[in-house]
Amino acid sequence: MGLGIAMFKNTDRLAYYLMILPGLVLLFAFTFVPLFYSVIAFQRFNPALGVTGSPWVGLDNILFMFTLRDARQVFFNTVFIASMKIVFMLLTAVLFALLLNEVRILTIRRSIQTMVYLPHFLSWVILAGILRTILARDGMVNNLLGLFGIGPIYFLGQPDLFPWVIIFSDVWKEFGFEAIVFLAALTAIDPTLYEVAELDGANRFQKMWYISIPGIAPVIVLVGSLSIGNILNAGFDQIFNLYSPIVYSTGDIIDTYVYRIGLIQGQYSLGTAVGLFKTVVALILIGVSYWIAGRYANYRIF
Amino acid sequence: MFARSRVDRIIDWIITILLLMVGVSTLLPLINTLAISLSDRAAVSGGMVGLWPVGFNLNAYAYILQDEKFWRAFGVSVWRVAVGGALNFALAVLTAFPLSRTARAFPGRDFFMWLFVFGMILNVGIVPWYLTIAGYGLIDNLWALVLHGAVPIWNVIILMNFFRNIPRELEEAARIDGAGPWQLLWSIYLPTSLPALATITLFSIVGHWNSFFDGLILMNNPNNYPLQTYIQQLVIADRPALHGGQARLLAELSNATLNAAKLFVAMIPILLIYPFLQRYFVRGIMLGAVKE
Repeated sequence: MGLGIAMFKNTDRLAYYLMILPGLVLLFAFTFVPLFYSVIAFQRFNPALGVTGSPWVGLDNILFMFTLRDARQVFFNTVFIASMKIVFMLLTAVLFALLLNEVRILTIRRSIQTMVYLPHFLSWVILAGILRTILARDGMVNNLLGLFGIGPIYFLGQPDLFPWVIIFSDVWKEFGFEAIVFLAALTAIDPTLYEVAELDGANRFQKMWYISIPGIAPVIVLVGSLSIGNILNAGFDQIFNLYSPIVYSTGDIIDTYVYRIGLIQGQYSLGTAVGLFKTVVALILIGVSYWIAGRYANYRIF
Repeated sequence: MFARSRVDRIIDWIITILLLMVGVSTLLPLINTLAISLSDRAAVSGGMVGLWPVGFNLNAYAYILQDEKFWRAFGVSVWRVAVGGALNFALAVLTAFPLSRTARAFPGRDFFMWLFVFGMILNVGIVPWYLTIAGYGLIDNLWALVLHGAVPIWNVIILMNFFRNIPRELEEAARIDGAGPWQLLWSIYLPTSLPALATITLFSIVGHWNSFFDGLILMNNPNNYPLQTYIQQLVIADRPALHGGQARLLAELSNATLNAAKLFVAMIPILLIYPFLQRYFVRGIMLGAVKE
């Protein structure tokens, strides 16, 4: 700290404030100003009158939201799809990482990674276009099923199937990428543990069960607890590009619902109320998930 | 001992082959799309195309080459990647550097940090967000696409953590030579952070290239659609018109072969930078996500 005086000069501070200013202005303009606009959840908002001129209605919109059967169904769909995604993603990614860790030949290992990471980088618009093609009545999947005398199945048009198409196509897109943290955790396990186990006569599956899985358990806990904050995010981009009115009963989620009632039907106040409800619940969940992650996995983002 | 290792090797091969099959089948849908784009229209509508083109031809691609709307949308996307990427880069660097200082060197640092993190977590919902941008008069203005996400807070956190791990000795040496914050940032921190900078730049490029929703709701004129929004309207919106007549206007060109070709062309930029993506995204995950 011999440099103390030099390090805390006022001109330095001025420079720091100047640097952070543009970011603060944009953060204010595009994140906090919308927060002020959220007050229209407590108004009967009329675009012609604006936020200052529209009549206040107290909690009417919020209370009305709870009486909507649609809204309750949508809330259930969201939580169901999101939590199934979390469970199946975690299982698939961990299993994939454990198996890939057994592949000894490095070039093969890299090739497999190159193949499974690719869908992560493609947008849901592109992937939905592809899925609509292969899942169509005359598409690749139904042609294949036809060889076994099954189908054709309307994957995207059947309410009982639709959520599972969403869940598994999301797993398809992301499992490889999700596995990265588990692979890293596996390489961090002390190799002497495996050597000792081999001397004791442990086989491959015993090593996996007693060394690998406990070794990556903290990371599994971490990823699992952080995903609690996402339990109201069932994947807008994905569902928006794959759903249709036929499957609203099981496939409509909070974000798509808010988009339709808020922006398409122009019920600005109701759309904002539903969105605000989601925001508040999500903030609480994120708080809880970070607390759990910090408590049980020693995690801090900064 | 020998017998067991032989069984072991067989299991090794079973696992390897299984995973190779998983890898290849991950790509099958993409290969099917490519095959359709190269096939004869009649064969496609007959459901005859699997993983290999039937009636190979390049008609769809020839058609795209002279499709003015497609290239205009492509141009909008290139513009937003370039301008939006540059904005993201500049703002990430300028925001991350002061935040990487101690609260003593930069009073208010902790407060600003919480403000940005709160801004990242907070998601106010689409309606107030739309009203805000409409209030600025940015509807149908391309700048809306790059301004609303101009501060990439997750990238700021990655970069800030990276800055904090740069050895103090480098900075102290420069301080003795009389360097102020701007020189420190420019001649010490930026040159030593190239891997992190590459990572966040790639995050921005992919993010801008892939986003479609802002283009859909912030642009009313289809001429302002970025490529993903254009494709979304063309390929996806075959349900009752989302935006009135525009969807139908775009949809008149639609057919399976052509759509597949458009999907594939929209993938090409990502495929071209994929080798970099794989390397730096993996690193970005490690920089950002798991920290003990």
